[in-house]
Amino acid sequence: MAIEYIYPDYEIVRDYNRCITCRVCERQCANEAHEYLSDVNKMTADNAKCVNCHRCVSLCPTRALKIVKSDHTFKENANWSGKSIKEIYKQAGSGGVLLSSMGNPENYPVYFDKILLNASQVTNPSIDPLREPMETRVYLGAKPGRIERDENGRLKNNLKPHIKLSMPVMFSAMSYGSISYNAHESLARAAAELGILYNTGEGGLHEDFYKYGKHTIVQVASGRFGVHKTYLNSGAAIEIKMGQGAKPGIGGHLPGTKIVGDISKTRMIPEGSDAISPAPHHDIYSIEDLRQLVYSLKEATAYTKPVIVKIAAVHNVAAIASGIARSGADIIAIDGFRGGTGAAPTRIRDHVGIPIELALASVDKRLRDEGIRNNVSIVVGGSIRSSADVVKAVALGADAVYIGTAALIALGCHLCRSCHTGKCNWGIATQREDLVKRLNPNIGYKRLVNLMNAWKHEIKEMIGGMGINSIEALKGNRLMLRGVGLNEKELEILGIKHAGE
Amino acid sequence: MKRVYVNEKWCLGCHLCEYYCAFASTNEKDMARALKDIRIKPRIRIEEKDGISFAVSCRHCDEPLCVKGCITGALTKKDGVITINRDKCIGCYTCILSCPYGAVSPSDDGAVQKCELCIKTARGTPKCVEGCPNGAIVFEERGE
Amino acid sequence: MFRNLSGCAISGIFSKSGRRFSGKSIIDSIAVMRERSNGLGGGFAAYGIYPEYKDYYAFHIFYDHKSAKKECEEFIEEHFDIINLSKIPTRKIPEIKDEPLIWRYFVAPLPTKLADSQLDDREYVARCVFRINTRIDGAYVFSSGKNMGVFKAVGFPEDVGRFYKLDEYEGYCFTAHGRYPTNTPGWWGGAHPFALLDYTVVHNGEISSYDANRRAIEMYGYKCTLKTDTEVIAYIIDYLHRKVGLTLKEICSVIAAPFWSTIENKPREEREELEYLRNAFDSYLITGPFSIIVGFEGGMMALNDRLKLRSMVVGEKDDMVYVASEEAAIRVIQNDLDRIWSPSGGEGVIVTLEGGIT
Repeated sequence: MAIEYIYPDYEIVRDYNRCITCRVCERQCANEAHEYLSDVNKMTADNAKCVNCHRCVSLCPTRALKIVKSDHTFKENANWSGKSIKEIYKQAGSGGVLLSSMGNPENYPVYFDKILLNASQVTNPSIDPLREPMETRVYLGAKPGRIERDENGRLKNNLKPHIKLSMPVMFSAMSYGSISYNAHESLARAAAELGILYNTGEGGLHEDFYKYGKHTIVQVASGRFGVHKTYLNSGAAIEIKMGQGAKPGIGGHLPGTKIVGDISKTRMIPEGSDAISPAPHHDIYSIEDLRQLVYSLKEATAYTKPVIVKIAAVHNVAAIASGIARSGADIIAIDGFRGGTGAAPTRIRDHVGIPIELALASVDKRLRDEGIRNNVSIVVGGSIRSSADVVKAVALGADAVYIGTAALIALGCHLCRSCHTGKCNWGIATQREDLVKRLNPNIGYKRLVNLMNAWKHEIKEMIGGMGINSIEALKGNRLMLRGVGLNEKELEILGIKHAGE
Repeated sequence: MKRVYVNEKWCLGCHLCEYYCAFASTNEKDMARALKDIRIKPRIRIEEKDGISFAVSCRHCDEPLCVKGCITGALTKKDGVITINRDKCIGCYTCILSCPYGAVSPSDDGAVQKCELCIKTARGTPKCVEGCPNGAIVFEERGE
Repeated sequence: MFRNLSGCAISGIFSKSGRRFSGKSIIDSIAVMRERSNGLGGGFAAYGIYPEYKDYYAFHIFYDHKSAKKECEEFIEEHFDIINLSKIPTRKIPEIKDEPLIWRYFVAPLPTKLADSQLDDREYVARCVFRINTRIDGAYVFSSGKNMGVFKAVGFPEDVGRFYKLDEYEGYCFTAHGRYPTNTPGWWGGAHPFALLDYTVVHNGEISSYDANRRAIEMYGYKCTLKTDTEVIAYIIDYLHRKVGLTLKEICSVIAAPFWSTIENKPREEREELEYLRNAFDSYLITGPFSIIVGFEGGMMALNDRLKLRSMVVGEKDDMVYVASEEAAIRVIQNDLDRIWSPSGGEGVIVTLEGGIT
């Protein structure tokens, strides 16, 4: 119907001088946007089906393709953007909730881009990472308040169970079901080679990956998918998912069509049934209930694993974090409003939650004010895009960061944000066997290792430039940061000075 | 000797190996110029059925049946690689019939053609290996 | 916070037998290193100088104005028994100008107040010192230990020594510092040593991990008010030694911890201990070039950062131990040494009245 027609956002532009009709674009587009017309021996494309994933562009051997933003326009309107108008058309047509994938793309301030780093000069030498040791090792877990000595006066190791990382970065939770088996294999193998951890997400742990257990964080989410005693004991740490930055306050939903075969088996639910993770854990209605779950998990694992509690960054995140720090948890993970997701209602993703930079600064400050900062380690995510973001996050007070979107981009994601269709052309956010094949873990895991090694070197360069040779000397070292273009309140909350001061 | 091996686990059936092979046989620098408006006759071919695809090319057998059957001696084995002397080939197609893999095929000028590991194109690594987007085709020594 | 910048000078003299000697030698030692200072700060710590009052805490206090003195004395009277109070005797010399009021009080915690607070007397004294320094404007307690005292001012250290008549004091340990700040204008409180109870620190260097250290230690009741990064070292040592109970050698393995690669190669027991200390006390690793001399009741410790980015030399003769930024500063007071060496980075040299050098 004319009233339902929405002009496609993107157009496929083909240079017919270069096209050799090899048909790889047609063969490789899961959305069937390209077609070969045999009678005229020409390729053609249907822009309406294009999601701008760049699969065809990347594979075209003669570089004959590009995707451009359509210049079909609405009249200029600073208030009613084309996007707002089109969303109303969609809802008037479907009557449904708008769904989106990946992180909030809207134009909110990115505080990391308004923070600058220090370098040492003259009075305090910078340290050369090529010649001097530069240490990025981090331990996550509670620090003991007191020391204990044995009968010979030697110090006893009274540390609670903790995580040892070769660098302050871990792979964030992405469930088996929202991403593919091959994606999980790439993450697990990369984590093992790098000496860091990856996270199962709420889809349970596939039995093939138990062998990477020492590098795995097993997640217990509100749906409790795949949670059984062996699962809990197989990881290096257990994460209780209370919330997620992309969709604070609501749960997750994996449609029944995706619950097949191994997914159904790993999650321990019948094939074809929708996997709905409820919003609250239905056994956690207050902070004391959380404490009970933390200790239940510790009992189930004989107090050998650290417990992480993951929360979304919302308005009173500092108070929540304070409660969690006193609940027996060893690590708090905070996910900012830019965090990614396989699918979430658009309005929740784009309008709920607060930036991770502000959340981190206020949580770190609050825990220090209350004298309990050493009860927990803080891990932040949503969205950490580069090694500079990592350095800034540690300087604001984080012990380590989680990366989700960045890891997927290393695996080939082009942020087309169509994960919820299940037709990921890069083999990442799909369960279709023919598509999952496209992500070869032998290639994928290498790219993740490369990315992390590159970031590790950059981190060493940046902290060496500050005259620091050990990442723990950067933790909470806010004097190494200066803001630009921030107002007084923002500077106050971040706890940093303005550039020039 | 290094040979081209295909792992069907990773083959996507994208057919790019065929186009890179065809391009390698021309002497052009630009693929668009080389392959525009022609029907390619690659020396590596995709065979696909029921969701499985696989690229087939000459195995450079230790006991090559094609060489045994060649009546002019156009097919010979040199340093392990089975090569075709196009001047000697008379297009009798005995080799095409003998090859158990169907790796030999007719070319445009009457002689036959097959994968020669890109030694005549002086590339180093065979072009199909370089062009495979998913690491399904490899060039390695397997001691067989 | 204005950073204390490099180019300073430090020196220390200790008698292992506890023999008391005059402050003249420390003045002579630090005077040799005049080029390393710029006259904007100098100071000394002296131990064993108040034998007749050795059971009482000796508060040395700066007052900017009379009303600060009045308010502070009211506070002290409410919390302590004042045994003796007087101006600290000084010599008027042209090189030292704009002095604040400088007073000295020998005090003991009021028994009833102490019992009410449920603290041990050292913690009680430390908290009172912080209360004065943070809440009473214009008053600053710069020394608060028993039978010891800090003497500091804006000026070259040898002039500061003459100003305070340091040659008339006798003690078993003296440390000294000359400053080369480029930021803080002349503020008497900013000079070294920094002290809390009987812990004093003189420091040559710059702490790049300052804010990380400060924000960690301020969780435990300490407040860094003195606009100089050295202050945080004094509090960290007080915390780890007095409150946590680590030995000084263990503290060296925390604040100047060896690299992980070095730790991996140590024998198992030592490796586990070093890993534990680095993990449990990660926020107290002090990064940045430094050489420090820490004085405490009955001993002295000298330590370099683990990359050894500042000079420090240690010399010995009979029962005397000398530490300084330069060998010349030792030789000028004792040329005939039994031995002289440069300790490695991260290797603490600890001397005490009972034992020998460790």
